[in-house]
Amino acid sequence: MSDTPAPAPQSRLRRAWNSDFAWSFRHAPVAIISSFVVLVLILAAVLAPLIAPHDPFNPATLNLMNGFTPPGQANAFTGDTFLLGTDDQGRDVFSTILYGMRISLFVGFAAVMLAMVIGVTLGLLAGYLGGWVESIIMRVADVQLTFPAILVAMLIFGIAKGITPPEYRDQMAIWVLILAIGLSDWVQFARVVRGATLVEKSKEYVQAARLIGRSPFAIMLRHILPNVLNPVLVIATISLALAIIAEATLSFLGVGAPPTKPSLGTLIRIGQEFMFSGEWWILFFPALALLALALSINLLGDWLRDALNPRLR
Amino acid sequence: MADPILSIRDVSVSFDVRPQGTWPWTPSLKLHAVSKLSVDLMPGETLGLVGESGSGKSTLARAVIGTIPSSGGQIIYEGRDLATMTAQETRRHRRDVQMVFQDPLAALNPRMTVGDIIAEPLITHEPDTPRKEVKARVAELMEKVGLLPNLINRYPHEFSGGQCQRIGIARALIVKPKLLICDEPVSALDVSVQAQVVNLLKDLQAEMGLSMIFIAHDLSVVKHISNRIMVMYLGCPMEVGPAKAITAEPRHPYTQALISSVPIPDPVLEAARERPVLEGDLPSPLSPPSGCVFRTRCPKAQPSCAEARPGMDKVAPDRFVACPFQEVEKVLADA
Repeated sequence: MSDTPAPAPQSRLRRAWNSDFAWSFRHAPVAIISSFVVLVLILAAVLAPLIAPHDPFNPATLNLMNGFTPPGQANAFTGDTFLLGTDDQGRDVFSTILYGMRISLFVGFAAVMLAMVIGVTLGLLAGYLGGWVESIIMRVADVQLTFPAILVAMLIFGIAKGITPPEYRDQMAIWVLILAIGLSDWVQFARVVRGATLVEKSKEYVQAARLIGRSPFAIMLRHILPNVLNPVLVIATISLALAIIAEATLSFLGVGAPPTKPSLGTLIRIGQEFMFSGEWWILFFPALALLALALSINLLGDWLRDALNPRLR
Repeated sequence: MADPILSIRDVSVSFDVRPQGTWPWTPSLKLHAVSKLSVDLMPGETLGLVGESGSGKSTLARAVIGTIPSSGGQIIYEGRDLATMTAQETRRHRRDVQMVFQDPLAALNPRMTVGDIIAEPLITHEPDTPRKEVKARVAELMEKVGLLPNLINRYPHEFSGGQCQRIGIARALIVKPKLLICDEPVSALDVSVQAQVVNLLKDLQAEMGLSMIFIAHDLSVVKHISNRIMVMYLGCPMEVGPAKAITAEPRHPYTQALISSVPIPDPVLEAARERPVLEGDLPSPLSPPSGCVFRTRCPKAQPSCAEARPGMDKVAPDRFVACPFQEVEKVLADA
């Protein structure tokens, strides 16, 4: 009675391995290498307390006499050697990079999450409901887009800093950073999701759901959202690199993570003070770590965009 | 005679259309998709709607479901006017009237499994149904429409067009509707599969006592499944009557042209027959012709046709034709 038999069942793993997506990954060396780099860096950051020779945030483990030790050489006074040298306070650069990357990655992920939740929600509402809801949301987005994201983030950061009591400032700094970057980055998500929602909305399955009698909320959540997630994933990846750079920029400008809990940006700021006096490693290695992180995430995002784009398949 | 399950009285549907690039204060144009159309549907009966694309068939169907408001007349479902229904009645109406769509694959969410798709109306209208029962009902329906229940976790793109349409039918039937609206359910399918789906619909209709509105632009399919046929042109009814009578003896010039466009599966008869060919295109529904809307393409048009829209004349029991110049034309063989 049925027309043609459906293909024979395969195990979930087998199907995943044979999917177009996995195939495209296996044939993209750039994607393989960059995902490897990202994975190693994330693992190193997560496992920092286990890997790092010192805890750079614990003054008890620091020896000021170790200051300015060049990478790989023994210190003239204490005889200690450090893989990547030390900074002015005798903090091991390798350890500060691991701990700094933790903060950079955490702020990056959290900020992108926040931006994604806000952007996807507003984009769905704007695209599906249309009318004045759409006008208001998209005009706000347009206005925000006329300012550089870093300016918006600095504005939010400044306001938040102004209203938090001074004794909490250092503790709150990271959360304020997340809020500032997240709020400056939602526009991208909102615009893309709105566009994709407009496309999906006109498809017959959405009409079918409407005729069945589903509520607009259920249609947005169960029908449209799963079908607009592909571009969201791509933007989220590229936004992650941007958020990490934004965090580094803010910290470099001195408005981000405090020197007691330095992120990669803070480390670079500290390092550039010594750049012209010959202690190049204090700047160079944190900058290299930031470069590797941002570049490989970006390359991964580029590949993802091509792999998920049906027109390029 | 029993009361009709659905009666459509003088229903018009029009849309406001704003041409691109006009000022906000210029008045918008009115597009008349359906104008002053009346028809009744008895319980268990199938009404075929036939007409070219743009003749208002789908709009009429959507007005009956209630997703497009009618701008005039009444749509009465089980004695209640759609426009004045309470929220509770509207919910029941939404449940009782289900629809099967034209493009079987596009009508299914590509990210949902077949089981979730079929269960969706049930979950929407009876949210308290226990999961086990939902699963049992889905399996029962899948079997009924000729799908193996072990395909329940597959995604729509893994199925062929005919199978997708079976999924669409199962989805429509799971809440036990009373009226099923099929909007060109087979025009996107292969001819051999068309027959299977049409026969499936016919069987299910008999089994569940469904009333059906069957929309198609292919007369031979409609003839096979319908008790009565209504021929539409530019939102207006041209001819209504029993399926056999209409296909064997079309009276309206438009119906005659439509029927003559169906090829006869016999090369000798096909070559020998004379067909009235329609010239030109469907006029714009933004400014329909005055009087009879068909007069601009009608081979029998008279000056008087432009004056007033012809009423539906009763020419036989249960047979109405909107043309004063009709003549019976016997159709060759079995068109």
